[in-house]
Amino acid sequence: MELDTGATAWMLTSASLVLLMTPGLALFYGGMVRGKSVLNMMMMSFGAIAVTGVIYVLWGWSMSYGSDIGGIIGNPFDQFALQGAIYDEAGNFLIDDFGVPGIVGVGFQATFAIITVALISGAIADRVKFGTWMVFAGLWVTFAYFPMAHMVWGGGLLSGDGPFASIAAPIDFAGGTVVHINAGAAALVLALVVGKRKGFGTEPMRPHNLTLVMLGAALLWFGWFGFNGGSAFTADGFAGLAWVNTTTATAAAVIGWLVVEKLRDGSATSLGAASGVVAGLVAITPAAGSVSPFGSIFVGVIAGVLSAYAVGLKYKLGYDDSLDVVGVHLVAGLWGTLSIGFLATETGLFYGGGVNQLAVQAIIAVVAVVFSAVVTFVLAIILKPTLGWRVSEEAEVNGIDLAVHSESAYEGIQSGSVIKEVRA
Amino acid sequence: MKLVTGVIQPHRLDDVKSALEAAGVRGMTVSEASGYGRQKGHTEVYRGAEYTVDLVPKVRVEILVSDADAAAIVDVVVGAAQTGKIGDGKVWTVPVDDVARVRTGEHGDAAL
Repeated sequence: MELDTGATAWMLTSASLVLLMTPGLALFYGGMVRGKSVLNMMMMSFGAIAVTGVIYVLWGWSMSYGSDIGGIIGNPFDQFALQGAIYDEAGNFLIDDFGVPGIVGVGFQATFAIITVALISGAIADRVKFGTWMVFAGLWVTFAYFPMAHMVWGGGLLSGDGPFASIAAPIDFAGGTVVHINAGAAALVLALVVGKRKGFGTEPMRPHNLTLVMLGAALLWFGWFGFNGGSAFTADGFAGLAWVNTTTATAAAVIGWLVVEKLRDGSATSLGAASGVVAGLVAITPAAGSVSPFGSIFVGVIAGVLSAYAVGLKYKLGYDDSLDVVGVHLVAGLWGTLSIGFLATETGLFYGGGVNQLAVQAIIAVVAVVFSAVVTFVLAIILKPTLGWRVSEEAEVNGIDLAVHSESAYEGIQSGSVIKEVRA
Repeated sequence: MKLVTGVIQPHRLDDVKSALEAAGVRGMTVSEASGYGRQKGHTEVYRGAEYTVDLVPKVRVEILVSDADAAAIVDVVVGAAQTGKIGDGKVWTVPVDDVARVRTGEHGDAAL
């Protein structure tokens, strides 16, 4: 295949956009926590970049796209440290079927793994040891993310080459199962294993900076154009369709969320608008290449309504998913994955395609939830008595930023201090 | 000497400042405060979860004045801060034993 410089430029741009999402997520999540733990919240996103960014080139790519083992994972040693994934035997860059160098695809896929790990951190804000989080990030991406990526995109069980494809080819355009259901199910399990924040349900835990939340949501939306548009793997009409669907569904989700708030709570809030943005983006992710822009309005508005109601579940059921990763990513991810069964323009139920697509979408969603939940539970339970999840009660009350990172985000009323020692 | 302290609605601060300046007051200390009196707090909603906020934002104005001026200054603050609605605040005076101006070391009324 000849090098396509246009497609390559778009894929490098897309990879950069997707990488921007994780610092954007740090702002989104950081604004939602209390001022005494904003740095820790942001560090969990930056930590996810650090751990996953290294692991991905070592064994992540190979486990996702290497030679198949049982339909579950790729062989980690097949292309360990990207051997054989960059150059052909003559020493030229390998070019994929779209005219894009393989190494560009590696970068693009690495950014997906990074953001997925970072998404989980919102469920356990304010109370977790940073070291345990870093170890968990490495283990989770290895045992939950890479297998899921392989199963769905790498030719495994949940892909068009898997056993369920005899019903209908499963569709996950940009990561409804791999990213959002995966992260959302993990978030629910971690929130249960780690336990509630001290004072959850009795003390106010208001977002400390909604302007950061809005800025973060805006950066996520911008980055998502790479996420969904780049998942066409080239600069073509599918990329354009995904771009438009991403915009329309997200806009519709904002409306859906705000209408629920206005009717239920009396006010349309900025946090609701920012949350609607993310719910819409999540829901359209798997569907962006297979629904029409008209259909994407339904995908978005229903996502906004469902998630606006779902975020209240934690109070009713009594688990502390701090920043509603379950209510937003799991619920909107499930809806987005199922919505394809109704709204896919060729195979969806509403387009005369019968129930096969809907059935296979439900199957891959259920398998993704169960797989992610089981793997996360095992990892979380192993880490609980070994490294330990929780910081001390004193550290949690006084602020995890100071206790864990020796920093505070904002200057309060403090007496001056002198530098006693400079470590160099 | 007296310390006149007014805890007032934040949006009345500019009027109180102007009225005090017109009454000849040359200095004051202003700080953010929060609290509540007979009025209730307010409710905020985040993702459908309601938070009742008891402490509402106020501004504290503090003025050091001579004994003779104190009652008039209280009236100035009350007059300028008043909206007639609940939550307008309180103004009170307390006796002050001594005052020193840091720049010159003067004490008492000379330091006001």
